[in-house]
Amino acid sequence: MKLIHTALTALVVSPLLMGLAYADDHKPSACLITKTDTNPFFVKMREGAEAMSTEMGMDFKSFAGRLDGDHQTQVQAIETCIADGADGILLTASDTSAIVSAVEQAREAGLLVIALDTPLDPIGAADATFATDNFRAGELIGAWAAAQLGDEAANAHIGMLNINVSQPTVGVLRNQGFLTGFGIDTGDVNRWGDETDPRISGQDLSNGNEEGGRDGMENLLLMDPMINVVYTINEPAAAGAYQALKAIGREDDVLIVSVDGSCTGIADIRDGVIGATAQQYPLLMASKGMEAIYHWAQEGKKPMTTPGKAFFDTGVSLVTDSPAKGVESISVKKGMDLCWG
Amino acid sequence: MTQNPLNSQNSDGPDTGSHASFDQQRTGMVYRIQHLLHTNPALVPLVVLVVSIAVFGMLLGSKFFSPFALTLILQQVQIVGIIAAAQSLIILTAGIDLSVGAIMVLSSVVMGQFTFRYGLPAEISIFFGLVCGALCGMISGLLVSRLKLPPFIVTLGMWQIVLATNFLYSANQTIRAHDIEEIAPLLQFFGYKISIGNAVFTVGVLFMIALVFVLGYALKYTAWGRHVYAVGDDIEAAKLSGVKTERVLLSVYMLSGLICGFAGWALIGRIGSVSPTAGQLANIESITAVVIGGISLFGGRGSIIGSLFGALIVGVFTLGLRLLGADAQWTYLLIGVLIIAAVAVDQWIRKASV
Repeated sequence: MKLIHTALTALVVSPLLMGLAYADDHKPSACLITKTDTNPFFVKMREGAEAMSTEMGMDFKSFAGRLDGDHQTQVQAIETCIADGADGILLTASDTSAIVSAVEQAREAGLLVIALDTPLDPIGAADATFATDNFRAGELIGAWAAAQLGDEAANAHIGMLNINVSQPTVGVLRNQGFLTGFGIDTGDVNRWGDETDPRISGQDLSNGNEEGGRDGMENLLLMDPMINVVYTINEPAAAGAYQALKAIGREDDVLIVSVDGSCTGIADIRDGVIGATAQQYPLLMASKGMEAIYHWAQEGKKPMTTPGKAFFDTGVSLVTDSPAKGVESISVKKGMDLCWG
Repeated sequence: MTQNPLNSQNSDGPDTGSHASFDQQRTGMVYRIQHLLHTNPALVPLVVLVVSIAVFGMLLGSKFFSPFALTLILQQVQIVGIIAAAQSLIILTAGIDLSVGAIMVLSSVVMGQFTFRYGLPAEISIFFGLVCGALCGMISGLLVSRLKLPPFIVTLGMWQIVLATNFLYSANQTIRAHDIEEIAPLLQFFGYKISIGNAVFTVGVLFMIALVFVLGYALKYTAWGRHVYAVGDDIEAAKLSGVKTERVLLSVYMLSGLICGFAGWALIGRIGSVSPTAGQLANIESITAVVIGGISLFGGRGSIIGSLFGALIVGVFTLGLRLLGADAQWTYLLIGVLIIAAVAVDQWIRKASV
């Protein structure tokens, strides 16, 4: 009987002792909440964050919505992270304005909230934003396309394949950036569709995937069969658009530009499917974000922004094998070394 | 002369004695139309399709009303059309299948990964992809027919399971069109084009049309087809009449899975690449096409050709409104209106006496 008493006491006391032992040893912990976990961009982000957490000795949990636009799951994930005692949250928001109330809750509870890739609306709702300058990404490919056409840029027939009907910030920034880089007046720079330049043959949606890219390109070609420049929101849409052009035999007559810099996309540039792409760096976003949370947990230090910008610019490079004068670019080989996915 | 109540109302009328018949108790244009639609369920979507093509043709002229544009619509709806054929079979048995899109994507991923990861010849990979589709259908079919679980719940679960399997197996990897073209062009077979003047047909479009007609023939003129309708209309009565309902249900789900496998093959032809994130909305789009096509969600009535018309109606509206420059939301709004109108018409037709 005494043995059983002793054993039971030991069983009850040992976790308390263990708890005391670990009390001084609190590992910084971070949460990553992405839009989905099926888009390779977010998969890469998660892998980068996970690798960083192992390197820095942090606890790490990841969450994702079921699909792009799933706001509810992200709210629940933020609440879970607060309850879990996380030090910080890395977030790619599906609904950049609706998520603000949950983010405020987290900040009030002492968590550092960093928006990755997609700025919140307003941008100051997060403690920091680590993102690609999507406007600059669009500008680079727009300037490149105009330079490639040379004098013919004045008579270009441009088709635009955007993301989806709700005009998210990433879509608007890249679209308006492209037009600015090409030299076309954007009208209201906060939305697409209000431009009056006759060089824009049409704008359609692609939902950022191959099927949408193909459908959208076919629709644009019906509106103007002589389109010779195509802006695409990302590389899967570009791949779909290429198939539509190939179906009518015009794949060599049309310049396709895109944004992303995935390994699949860079391979498409090498094979002549896409003319140029603006490469972004999700791994860098994730690793810098994890570093920032570490410093916040250990020292209470908040991350800095890039001078002159409201966010920390993780960089963007134009990748192409046909460099254009006046537009800085890197080669496809270098793009392959830096690619993600 | 005694009045035999079994004779027609008019006791002086001829003695028909050859077979039982019902008298048309009511006459009038409305009831004749109702009766006509009851016997030819695909007529309503056909009329809507023809009228919508005419209206858009008038508004847009030759930009819309050209062989190129009209066959383009066929190409744009070919994937949904093939899946809608599979969905029609299930809905005719008073079921519903939410997993059709996931089965399609998994089949296409199997075809791609077997070729590129294991180095198998394209023909073998395609075969395994089709088998995979039929297998998924079989699992749903067994759960519905043997365990008598509701199809909505079964296919809801299968949708999640098959989709997750797809992402886990493919590791989110897209196989590029360029690589497929070089190494296994047979995977893109359904994308091959046949041009007649300005009209362009792909193998996928021809397959979709052939599939619908073959299934239509089978449903109308074979015993199996009759049994499918019987099971959908009243499964208890069918069982009591000697129909092997469990086997019929299993065969329908397996056939549907196989058709989704073919849809996966056609998907590779359409987008050129193997993408695990494709076809996310295929289940909703196929149900939309089937409902607008006049097939009753309560089972047992409707023509599979109607689902082809339903898919085409959605395609016509989408392209027509796009060319008119309308906001994409108008398309979604009108599709919603069409769905409700189709179900309302279906309810009205059901009231016909025979």
